[in-house]
Amino acid sequence: MSGPALTRARAIAASVPDPELPMLTLADLGILREVRADGDRVVVALTPTYSGCPALREMRGDLARRLAAAGYPDVEIRTVLSPAWSTDWITAEGRRKLAAAGVAPPGPAPRPPAGPVPLTLMARPAPACPSCGSPDTIQTAAFGATACKDLYRCRSCAEPFEHVKEI
Amino acid sequence: MGFDTAYEAIAEETGDQRWAFGTGFADPLAGVDTTVPDGVPAAGLAAYCLMLGDDALIMSHRLQEWLARAPELEEETALANIALDLLGQARLLLSRAGHADGTGRDEDAYAFGRAEHEFRNVRLAEVADADFGGLIARLLVFSTWRLALLSRLRDSRDPVLAAVAAQGVKEVAYHRDYAAQWLLRLAGGTDYSRARMAAGLAAVAPLTAELFAISDPERSLRAAQVAPDPAGLRAEVEAVLAAVLDQAGLAWPEVPGMPGVAGRRGREGVHTEAMGHLLAELQSVARAHPGATW
Repeated sequence: MSGPALTRARAIAASVPDPELPMLTLADLGILREVRADGDRVVVALTPTYSGCPALREMRGDLARRLAAAGYPDVEIRTVLSPAWSTDWITAEGRRKLAAAGVAPPGPAPRPPAGPVPLTLMARPAPACPSCGSPDTIQTAAFGATACKDLYRCRSCAEPFEHVKEI
Repeated sequence: MGFDTAYEAIAEETGDQRWAFGTGFADPLAGVDTTVPDGVPAAGLAAYCLMLGDDALIMSHRLQEWLARAPELEEETALANIALDLLGQARLLLSRAGHADGTGRDEDAYAFGRAEHEFRNVRLAEVADADFGGLIARLLVFSTWRLALLSRLRDSRDPVLAAVAAQGVKEVAYHRDYAAQWLLRLAGGTDYSRARMAAGLAAVAPLTAELFAISDPERSLRAAQVAPDPAGLRAEVEAVLAAVLDQAGLAWPEVPGMPGVAGRRGREGVHTEAMGHLLAELQSVARAHPGATW
């Protein structure tokens, strides 16, 4: 495969939307680990966000379909488990798109310590409201409609909103 | 519309992959190097992956039973997410077992095609919850223990196990915090909620002893630096539980462990009566329609 053909395949793979956060591309989400050529075959490596993320199969299908439609019929999609995905891998552009869609982007992810993981008995630091910017928000549910989110409500403008959990 | 069925209408442009999440499962380890490293006993590794995969699968199933039963919609969503995380861990671990034992069995073959005595989960994962307090007690003990285990497995000599553990640590840390915060809320609520929380702890306490008992596969894997001795998890688990219970003003019930049969317990395939009922529901569709897809 020529250099320009691979560059184009990379751009197509990078632009595939996430099925559950469709305002983000796979590249924005930081799960697209590699796109390379193996002869005429395009090899794409993905890292799942969560062990049970049901969108992974959708992503694989979308990638294969879009690449095939663009003239790359031979596509192999590999799963890369290590290192595990972190919300720190969401790009600056991805964070901007999340906030624009009313979803509070994640703060810095806690680094899992080498030893015992500390217990958290208090509420985690609350994200600012993506609508009005107020820091006065409260968690309403520790888990949201997808594995990667929890729910908050703004006490200034009363707007409920989703937040991408730091992992 | 020109389509004979709704299915065709949806599948027309894009193929059946868009039909629904979770149909026709692909291999969750597709493209992962599943070679068993030199010096790692493959049979022991396969048995160990089944143990940990069964813990996650059976606990996940019990959590799924709470959907439409939980006290609030938010808690149903939380329990569904926790169940989904554990199901994802189970899929990876059962698939790993099929690679390591050389049979090539997939996750469905293990989940739907085994009899009760072939399941290797601890009995804590399988028992039914009397109420929400019981669930919170069981989820706190289970996730505290699993988090301690997964955090050690990040250094496993089996790279697949280490990768699954590194991801799982992030997930189960949220599960443990969720259960611990609910325990505090129930203990600090009304006299009734506090009594139900204490009753939940009393129900799970007899099932904790076996969490720290070493099984045959773990003996072979400990020497090969693939898996820790579960006895070494006890101090960390007890310290976390003590921290939560101290803040709640509740005491851990000191009770003898639930006996097995001739020394055999969950890890040896001897389960409680609850397990048969659970498997009947889990496996009924797959057994009535072998190999069916939809």
